Amino acid sequence: MDSLFFLAFAAIAVACGINLVIQTHPITSALSLIGVMGSLAVLYLLLGAEFIAMVQLVVYAGAIMVLFVFVIMLLNAGAEKRVARPWKPYLVGAPLLVIFVGVASCILHDMLGDSDPVIFGSFTQGGAREIGRSLFTEYLLPFEVTSVLILIAILGAMVLARKEF
Amino acid sequence: MDFIVLSLIKAGLIAFVLLTTLAYLQWVERKVLAHIQLRPGPRRVGPHGLLQPLADVIKLLTKEGYVPSHVNKPFYFLAPFLGVVLALLAISVIPFGPEIEIAGVKTQMGMTDLSVGLLFILGLTSVGVYGVALGGWASNNKYALLGGLRSSAQMISYELPMALALASPLLLANTLSFREIVGTQEGFYFGFLPRWAIFQMPFPQVVAFILYVITAFAETNRVPFDLPEAENELVAGFHTEYSSLKFAAFFMAEYANMITVTSIATLLFLGGWHPPFPRELGSDFIPPLLFAAGGAVMLFHGVTQPRGKWDNITLPVFGLIFLGIAALFAGCAVLPMLEPVRQILLPVFWFAGKTGILLFLFIWVRGTLPRFRYDQLMRFAWTFLFPVAVVNLLATSFFVAVFSN
Repeated sequence: MDSLFFLAFAAIAVACGINLVIQTHPITSALSLIGVMGSLAVLYLLLGAEFIAMVQLVVYAGAIMVLFVFVIMLLNAGAEKRVARPWKPYLVGAPLLVIFVGVASCILHDMLGDSDPVIFGSFTQGGAREIGRSLFTEYLLPFEVTSVLILIAILGAMVLARKEF
Repeated sequence: MDFIVLSLIKAGLIAFVLLTTLAYLQWVERKVLAHIQLRPGPRRVGPHGLLQPLADVIKLLTKEGYVPSHVNKPFYFLAPFLGVVLALLAISVIPFGPEIEIAGVKTQMGMTDLSVGLLFILGLTSVGVYGVALGGWASNNKYALLGGLRSSAQMISYELPMALALASPLLLANTLSFREIVGTQEGFYFGFLPRWAIFQMPFPQVVAFILYVITAFAETNRVPFDLPEAENELVAGFHTEYSSLKFAAFFMAEYANMITVTSIATLLFLGGWHPPFPRELGSDFIPPLLFAAGGAVMLFHGVTQPRGKWDNITLPVFGLIFLGIAALFAGCAVLPMLEPVRQILLPVFWFAGKTGILLFLFIWVRGTLPRFRYDQLMRFAWTFLFPVAVVNLLATSFFVAVFSN
């Protein structure tokens, strides 16, 4: 049952990812990205990380992508025009891509070795309590530094958006 | 296998009750609004318009689903579907009663109990924006687009104070599962004051409750925050170009969202299915008294002063049904052999009662308050609601940190 769900949602995630790249209309691409985020949330859920799955849904699929869609709608961006591309680069590119993927997978395989297989639902450290505890004890400094960084980004955005000084 | 059969039965039951409630909520809204405005409201179809929802459903089903030629077809069809599915999905994690045992089968009242139920609902609301925004955009109509944009901006802005307002009772409850949150609100102070989150020590959540209700109005796009469909500015906002079933889907989504937000308010702040005062003081006798009073009034009016054509038949019949329900509740309160029935009926009564009062508040406000202007709406969210929610959260965390150990 779990592997069935995993295969289904992994397939949806990959399909949405490919669709994101090949679509010409920005809204379609943005929606495909939401599809990717949603399927990833389900994959986290299958692994047992419920809190992370929900945060993925709220933060990425909800908040961030809403802003994307919002901007696309406000700019009224239309479909991008397809231009006729020369076919020669594909001749060189396709074998290179195959070689790159092969080499990369070989290196990854060597690096990771025979790791343990994934057991669905075995990860129990993904609850709100555990994540909160580790954020506020072990990773307190990175957490606070990140929040200062975000604050700086917000102030920067406000300064840039102001018309006159 | 038992699990699947049980889940199917529960899903069917909940879907039936939910859809009926949706239809009749709209009848109640029309009736209450009408009486606020000194009109009789719908009363042609069935006694006092009681069959009006059915007539509306038939009308919407059989109407021609007109698709304007200028719309972006795939998204135009996707938007209402997305809206209604996400809205109905939220009900699946809402519990409405404790664990019960029927014929040896133990089950929880409610579809499922997620350990992150509240976050799931927040996720659904944040994704639910797409239904409205996409519908407005795909319609290719400036009013619809403006409505969709207003709606998404409003929902994003109000999500922030809403999440902060919801975080404060969570600090008291120390869990994200609805069932456990309700569990922490069981019991009474001094033998009569319920331990609901709005009364709970060390820091009663009254402010958070009021903030949540205000933001809930905005999240469901209702008066006084119904800017997305302000009819005197935007025709009908994001659903201007929608007709028949597609319009019905948006409509259902709005009412389903109303039920969801009021259920969450009940579960988080008002103690869920726990009675407002203890059983020893006779809280079990409230439902029979209420139903008996309602039944008696209907019987009296039907027999002595029927005003409509069929009132001398329908009012006594409904009055007798109500008296029967009252007798059932009274039996549950008195007879020990009806204990299993009591364990099912009373939690549902208290949960439905609290949710119903909040739903009535939504309708009442719609009949009372004028609409905000758009800049007022945004200023209210960012300069009033947000700071108050932050201060409330800080105060709650302070008191919890000082007094909980």
